[in-house]
Amino acid sequence: MSDAEIRWIGGPVLRARAKGSFRVGEAVEVGVRRLPGEVIRLKGEEFVAQVYEDTTGLRPGDPVRGTGGPLSIPLGPGLLGRIFDGLLRPLREADGGRDLERRITFRPLVKPGDVLTAGSAFGEMPGETIPQRCLLPPDLAGKVESVVDAGAHDSDAILCTIRSASDERREIGFFHRWPIREVRPARERLPSDEPMITGQRILDTLFPIARGGRAALPGGFGTGKTVLQETLAKWSDADVIIYVGCGERGNEMAEVLKEFPDLADPRTGRGLMERTVIIANTSNMPVAAREASIYTAVTVGEYFRDQGLHVALMADSTSRWAEALREVSGRVGELPGEAAYPAYLGSRLAEFYERAARVKTLSGGVGSLTIIGAVSPPAGDFSEPVTSHTKRCVRSFWGLDRERAQARFYPAIHPLQSYSEGAARFAAWWAARGNPDWVTHRDRILSLLESQADLERMARIVGKDALPPAQQFTLLCADLVNEALLRQSAFSPIDRYCSPERQIAMLKLVLHFIELAGAALDGGVSPQSIAELGVMRRLQRMGEEIGEDNLDRFSMLRAELESELAQLSKGTSDAP
Amino acid sequence: MRPELFTQGTATAIEGPLLFLKRNVQARLNEAVEVRGQSGRPRLGRIAALDDESMVVEVLESTIGLGLRDVRVRFLGEPLHFALGPGLLGRVFNGVGQPSDGGPPVAAAKRMRIDGTPINPALRDLPSDFIETGISAIDLMNSLVRGQKLPLFSSGGLPHDRIASEIAENARLRGEGEQGFAIVFVGIGISHDTAEAFRHAMQDSGALAHTVMFLNLASEPSTQRLLTPRFALTAAEYLAAEEDRHVLVIMTDMTNYCEALREVSASHGEVPSRKGYPGYMYSDLASIYERAGCLHGAKGTITQLPILTMPAEDISHPIPDLTGYITEGQVVLDKGLDHKGIYPPINVLPSLSRLMDQGIGEGYSHKDHPALANQLFASYAKAIRVRVLASVVGRDGLTELDRQYIEFADRFERDLIRQAGRRTLEESMEFGWQLLRLLPKAELARLSDDQITRYVQSTSRSEPHA
Repeated sequence: MSDAEIRWIGGPVLRARAKGSFRVGEAVEVGVRRLPGEVIRLKGEEFVAQVYEDTTGLRPGDPVRGTGGPLSIPLGPGLLGRIFDGLLRPLREADGGRDLERRITFRPLVKPGDVLTAGSAFGEMPGETIPQRCLLPPDLAGKVESVVDAGAHDSDAILCTIRSASDERREIGFFHRWPIREVRPARERLPSDEPMITGQRILDTLFPIARGGRAALPGGFGTGKTVLQETLAKWSDADVIIYVGCGERGNEMAEVLKEFPDLADPRTGRGLMERTVIIANTSNMPVAAREASIYTAVTVGEYFRDQGLHVALMADSTSRWAEALREVSGRVGELPGEAAYPAYLGSRLAEFYERAARVKTLSGGVGSLTIIGAVSPPAGDFSEPVTSHTKRCVRSFWGLDRERAQARFYPAIHPLQSYSEGAARFAAWWAARGNPDWVTHRDRILSLLESQADLERMARIVGKDALPPAQQFTLLCADLVNEALLRQSAFSPIDRYCSPERQIAMLKLVLHFIELAGAALDGGVSPQSIAELGVMRRLQRMGEEIGEDNLDRFSMLRAELESELAQLSKGTSDAP
Repeated sequence: MRPELFTQGTATAIEGPLLFLKRNVQARLNEAVEVRGQSGRPRLGRIAALDDESMVVEVLESTIGLGLRDVRVRFLGEPLHFALGPGLLGRVFNGVGQPSDGGPPVAAAKRMRIDGTPINPALRDLPSDFIETGISAIDLMNSLVRGQKLPLFSSGGLPHDRIASEIAENARLRGEGEQGFAIVFVGIGISHDTAEAFRHAMQDSGALAHTVMFLNLASEPSTQRLLTPRFALTAAEYLAAEEDRHVLVIMTDMTNYCEALREVSASHGEVPSRKGYPGYMYSDLASIYERAGCLHGAKGTITQLPILTMPAEDISHPIPDLTGYITEGQVVLDKGLDHKGIYPPINVLPSLSRLMDQGIGEGYSHKDHPALANQLFASYAKAIRVRVLASVVGRDGLTELDRQYIEFADRFERDLIRQAGRRTLEESMEFGWQLLRLLPKAELARLSDDQITRYVQSTSRSEPHA
């Protein structure tokens, strides 16, 4: 615990003269109000620290005290359903007081004399909204000396004592602290060959993300990043959602807090809030804590992963985090890189996204942490540093398009700018769900959208009327794919979530229509008469009209389109 | 409080608005100071940086006439505060909160920090009260709700001031009277004419009685511009918190604010980011815009309507770009529409209201409002694409359907966007349904069959709405 004295302050950064030894990354307490901070660089007698609170009122000569340890957060029960700031301090007073009085039900899984490996579970907390286990810290192994009986215990009670290999006696409670910038270890990383279903057709069907995968969601302002992130937080197939509002609007946090408790998870039927942890550092909150909030969130995510749970982390937006990095770097006087971002931006981003993984945990189960990061490129330009660095870190890239957003076509993901690397590895999963041809279907849709772009360029020169019928038909089909499959309203109670089964039914139906109508076209039917079919409107609106509980209506619609097309072909062949 | 501190003869340099002093007193970061030169006139400033030996004072007024020898700095012992009290409405202040209408100072009932305090996001209430502005392009297409921050993106020569003053006059909550409503008008680096025009408009409509004005004129020092919105928002917070009022804050022109920020940042010698603006401009703008909102349990609210002129009409310029990332949408004015004689020249496609979905629909505005707005957006976007096509291949290359779309686009701008007086939401919606009748039913995929039967096919009678 060393002391130091402030020499210079500017914004969230200070320089101090040390009277003892400080370490890089050490958490410090600044001034008489003991504001939290962190040492970011050392030079001789002096060090530079960033402060996670407003520095107004600080002055040279004020004390800085080292804590001896790195910046860390307490991990344990009571995280779900609550909102925290960037350093995991509760933002609601009601939440803050709760833990002190709260008694938590504990059930031991070990007995005295058992030898435990690092990070293994020594008990359960069956009373939590999602049953959780009490884990040893990942850096502690040893022999159990004592463990308390099953029952309710105070949240700060000692549950278990361990004698470690170095013959040190350690007392373990519900919580343990872990440094936010350190990756929590796992036994091994597993391949991610299973998609994480998001309930959004354009993502699951065209650009899927793996469990333990990484996705980026770039888009200029007003293209629907936040709505999409919230939609993903609501409907993604995960046990726990970590939602980080990083440098974004306060009202968005209010929205999540108001909406989530009223919505039910489509798989478990429980309130969505019960599986959600919110970490908020809105744009008007201290800038240095914005930088930390991302690491806090990913550490909380890894903690739940280590319980053997599937976790999805939504970060909105990583650009604000990068800007916080830039601001601190600028104040310290580092040499600026591209667009004044520090030169280490790329490696920091890579480190962050690399913490997404599907793993075998230290306690023996399988868990995953999936990261979806929104990016806010200035002027919607995807070539700027944050977007281009992020692109190298992620395997799923969901580019949002301003033109689609302006037509209120949501989600405004541009199908030709987006990609999902190695999507074919999910074929087996889709086959098990009833669509063995998923890869072919996906290719068919993507090539249709590609030729639409080509033809529209051509139509711009020669006029739409001048295109041959087959090409007019291609445009018609592409329009149908957009309207019927890719458009999905986040605000529609029926269509906001689309199960894999419903996605398969809709995909097959659209492709069936394209196939039959193509045959009719070959038989001499004009594209206009196909466009005028009554069933077109039913197909365009099927997402709105056919919900999860009456999937059989898709086969009725299939019969309807078959008969309308048959009639159309018949009419043409009857005419001389 | 500690005894009064002052220092004289410690100045080492004066560069632009910055005054460098040797540090011989225990001053704190952000502390307010009073700087006096030979003339004895006090100038406001604040401490911007500190180290062992020296400190930097940002002087918020012109530094002309200050000399190193005779400059005398008094330390006020706290950050800048604004003393507020009853009788604010109807008053005019300068950019740093001093009365400029010749009236007496405001009775100080409460002293508030001008930087405000960041609102804890967990204590916010979600804005959801629909505000009817009387403008179809806003009410119907990009609805404003109470507690929102919705900027006007404009450019030189466009009638943004007229739109802002009309909104200030006409905005009302449906089914509620005017009581408890107040306007804070903030002129940032504006010309004397603009300030006068606004004052006259408010006077003529009788709105001046519930308006407070803060005017930082173009002739006044740019460092003051950084404080003007903060003083004004502090007054707005007072009106909302202490007098339970619903406050609409109109700020014009935020571009001048950002220019001042760039100027001051450059004089500090900070590393610039895009186009010379400081890297922290996002956080700085957020500290202004995020002061809009509704608080848990509080009756009053703050709605912001900032106006900014896009340099070179470029929406990707850092000022509109960063603003768009913070505010809850934007209303974009368009030169093309203005040239066609359409007032208000609001281009609805790049415009957006993020809180619209919370404030419209059943129980808020009208049950069919969301679907109608959605369909109008989809059809107008398609019509604009057809218009681009037609400009290349000519009308002859178009299909019959495309020609219907062109007609739709023309009528949309002429009948729906253009308007002379205020319209109720129901009137705006009726115009919307009428326009959709120009298109074939198969094109209206965003409407339900029921909505088509009720509104679009019943061309013979226009039915009254509930």
